[in-house]
Amino acid sequence: MTDTAPRELPLQELAEVIIRFAGDSGDGMQLTGDQFTSISAALGNDLATLPEFPAEIRAPQGTLAGVSAFQVRISDFAITTPGDAPTVLVAMNPAALKAQLKNLVQGGAIIVNTDAFNERNLEKAGYESNPLEDGTLDGYRSYPVPMSQITRDAVAEHGVKPRDAERSKNFFALGLISWMYTRPIEPTMEFINTKFHGKELVIKANEAAFHAGYNFGETAELFESHYEIKPADLPSGEYTNVNGNTALAWGCAAAGQLARLPIFLGSYPITPASDILHDLSELKHFGIRTFQAEDEIAAVASAVGAAFGGALSFTTTSGPGVALKGEGMGLAVSLELPLIVIDIQRGGPSTGLPTKPEQADLMMAMYGRHSESPMPIIAPRSPADCFNVAIEACRIALRYRTPVMLLSDGYLATSSEPWLLPDIDSLPDIGVDFHTGFNGTNEDGEGIFLPYLRDPETLARPWAIPGTPDLMHRIGGIEKEDGTGNISYDPENHQKMVDLRAAKIEAVDVPDVEVAGDMDADFCMLGWGSTWGAIDAAVERLQQAGKKAAHVHLTHLNPLPKNLEEVLSKFETVICPEMNAGQLVNLIRAKYLLDIKPVNKMNGVPFTTAEIESAALKAMEAS
Amino acid sequence: MTDTPTRTEPADWATDQEVRWCPGCGDYSILTAMRMLMPELEVDREKTVFISGIGCAARFPYYMNTYGMHGIHGRAPAIATGLAMARPDLDIWVIGGDGDMMSIGGNHLIHALRRNVNLKILLFNNMIYGLTKGQFSPTSEVGKVTKSSPMGSLDAPFNPVSVALGAEASFVARTHDMDRQHMMEMFRRAHEHKGASIVEVFQNCNVFNDGAFEEITKKQNRDGNLISLEQGKPIQFGADGEFGVVVENGAAKIVAVADVGEAALLVHDETKADPSTAFMLSRLSRGPFEPTPIGVFRAIERIEYATSSTAQLAMAQNDKGSGDLSTLLRSRGTWQV
Repeated sequence: MTDTAPRELPLQELAEVIIRFAGDSGDGMQLTGDQFTSISAALGNDLATLPEFPAEIRAPQGTLAGVSAFQVRISDFAITTPGDAPTVLVAMNPAALKAQLKNLVQGGAIIVNTDAFNERNLEKAGYESNPLEDGTLDGYRSYPVPMSQITRDAVAEHGVKPRDAERSKNFFALGLISWMYTRPIEPTMEFINTKFHGKELVIKANEAAFHAGYNFGETAELFESHYEIKPADLPSGEYTNVNGNTALAWGCAAAGQLARLPIFLGSYPITPASDILHDLSELKHFGIRTFQAEDEIAAVASAVGAAFGGALSFTTTSGPGVALKGEGMGLAVSLELPLIVIDIQRGGPSTGLPTKPEQADLMMAMYGRHSESPMPIIAPRSPADCFNVAIEACRIALRYRTPVMLLSDGYLATSSEPWLLPDIDSLPDIGVDFHTGFNGTNEDGEGIFLPYLRDPETLARPWAIPGTPDLMHRIGGIEKEDGTGNISYDPENHQKMVDLRAAKIEAVDVPDVEVAGDMDADFCMLGWGSTWGAIDAAVERLQQAGKKAAHVHLTHLNPLPKNLEEVLSKFETVICPEMNAGQLVNLIRAKYLLDIKPVNKMNGVPFTTAEIESAALKAMEAS
Repeated sequence: MTDTPTRTEPADWATDQEVRWCPGCGDYSILTAMRMLMPELEVDREKTVFISGIGCAARFPYYMNTYGMHGIHGRAPAIATGLAMARPDLDIWVIGGDGDMMSIGGNHLIHALRRNVNLKILLFNNMIYGLTKGQFSPTSEVGKVTKSSPMGSLDAPFNPVSVALGAEASFVARTHDMDRQHMMEMFRRAHEHKGASIVEVFQNCNVFNDGAFEEITKKQNRDGNLISLEQGKPIQFGADGEFGVVVENGAAKIVAVADVGEAALLVHDETKADPSTAFMLSRLSRGPFEPTPIGVFRAIERIEYATSSTAQLAMAQNDKGSGDLSTLLRSRGTWQV
């Protein structure tokens, strides 16, 4: 700590800032970003985050492959994306600078840990000369800070070994940024004490590092001002900050209560879906049973078994796992049992890009099982929306006794946003009754149970679970006779069953789509899933530029909303941005013969608002 | 929950479905043994579930008047694991053949066994693929000539009992389709066991592998070639008990009792915690053409999987109270706007 007296610096008001913390994967950048997000949330800013980490747990230190980053956008107005490009980059080493500089806006601020810019690290990052000195940073506002050294000095008095001391430098960075954006100190002190409970030395070191960073901003004559971002004008109520995977897990837990059913999750760990397994495993007091199966196939098979027994059953995975679960899902289609398959989509094919998002499993969700094997498909549009969509998926699965595919992706999974907590009493009752009595008679007039006698309205079959007296019955994957469920190879019966399974899914009650943006526009963007935020923001920008644009966003992808064809037909031009090679476009063209135009991107990074805006302008010009 | 189960007759356990195995198939006698055993077990039909995969054996659930599921190939142990966890109150039997359980579903079988899920697994081993019309199976002998191995199979076979013991199954037994009483006894023991129990049933496929077990299971061959394991008794066989089993140099070996004396014979102890002796016994025979042990190889007490899962739920509820959604949604901190 220095003993210089604090200076009086001007306080400048900003509408928003986009900060990207970048460092080595062992530097604690995710934790730093998370904590900055929490403090900002508590101040009432709107925010959105975008974590970015390597697939390796500990990639080689100091290399480009090992860079871990966390982008957070905070604002005094409502936002739907973590922002296209950061305005502030915190770079903890040369590799972080090299990997991230291209993302920074021109004229943006770079706060850099100069201590890490030694020959060895420069070489590892592939720099031939020191970018801090060779003009690489011209055109940016660069703030060189010897973070490692100051951190070491600050923690030395607490008896921390120099080797361990440097591990607190992320808290130095957090302290500095907290000062820059006038964030309060207290919440981080509380966080440090909770997070490192029982490790006194670590607590002291991190606290000291944080204060050193905060004071450095105030006293070092490096910064010309600091900034304030006023609270956003959000609907009033109680908020929490949630990422997509946690919202999904909570949605599943909620669905169990709303359906008054015990929950079973059969899952096999896979990035980026494992956190749902982790979160639900913490909720045993909700009566939730999680089963870490021996493989993806056992995961779905166990869920089918549990559904037969009357549980609300889930299996969570990513694309490679869905591929393995194909036969199990087909069994659930044939057995007509409720099951929710959650796919957190990632880049492919094969192992592909485990930590990067894609929306390229839509066709697999639609057609990735042998024969005619229809399943409803549903996709959340934002991290918080995962909660609602999980409940909706369960509602459909239970009401129609069918497996349902929920398509999230790696972007929604890890990014977070403030969520106005719902009134729990307003959540829908999605309970269904188990079947308990005979539903037919035999030739002798005695009561019998017909496991495939359908509800005339929903075409769902009765769900009679083992333990129910008199209703003993057998179900299986072999084609069965409608009504009795007995094995049947009769050609006409098979045709009938194929038609019935299709009709049941086609008739799932799906709400109509609504048009956002300009109702009277000639131009519309159609999206699904996680592109919602970027499309929404692009519409706003187009409107600000005096253009008219509409936005239709699908939650239900199978069956499609009944009014979709009519809605889309009204527009002269429809483009469809999706993180695949045009899968929704193909479905829409095939079904409605509407010539909507694909806008595709598959580089593992979500669409930016600017990309969508530019695609929109191009499409408008062409029409 | 203390209701005494309704008294039943074997016929009460039969369905109205026509049994469609080939005439003369060993599966018939297994089905009969099961239907005859059920009334003796004093269990409720509605609390009993048969789960199967794919194959001839897997049609079994359709013929039992209980709850049942005919699943997909190899996955029956996984399906049943989910059911057993969701419904620990049920009595669950898993039925499959050697292809279903040892080949496509081998992974699920060993994991169900090591977890000790409360399942009674019956493995109908006919050493051939029946439903797909006669290819060699993972238990077929090396050199087996079939349509898919015209010059003889190259694959070393699995010994299901050895595999089960290797997976540290808590109950492992073997029986054969020519001895109804023995089958019923083994199924009864499997039922009494708490945890995963597996019974290998030597089963004759009279169409594609007829007589595969004849050398050991035919009445006149049994004395000389079936070694009946009995708890607490020296392991002895032969018409006059003239042969016995000893352990020598870390392996089980067949001897003439006259040569070693009765006191030197291995006394069978199915309750031994260490599975090594049981494993040695499983290696005694290279195939169903020489003296082969039947009976209970291993029956030990080990905590059952669903019971542990239920205990964790109770412990969590005890610590944190019953799950409250409102508290959950606020568990990561909230703020007011």
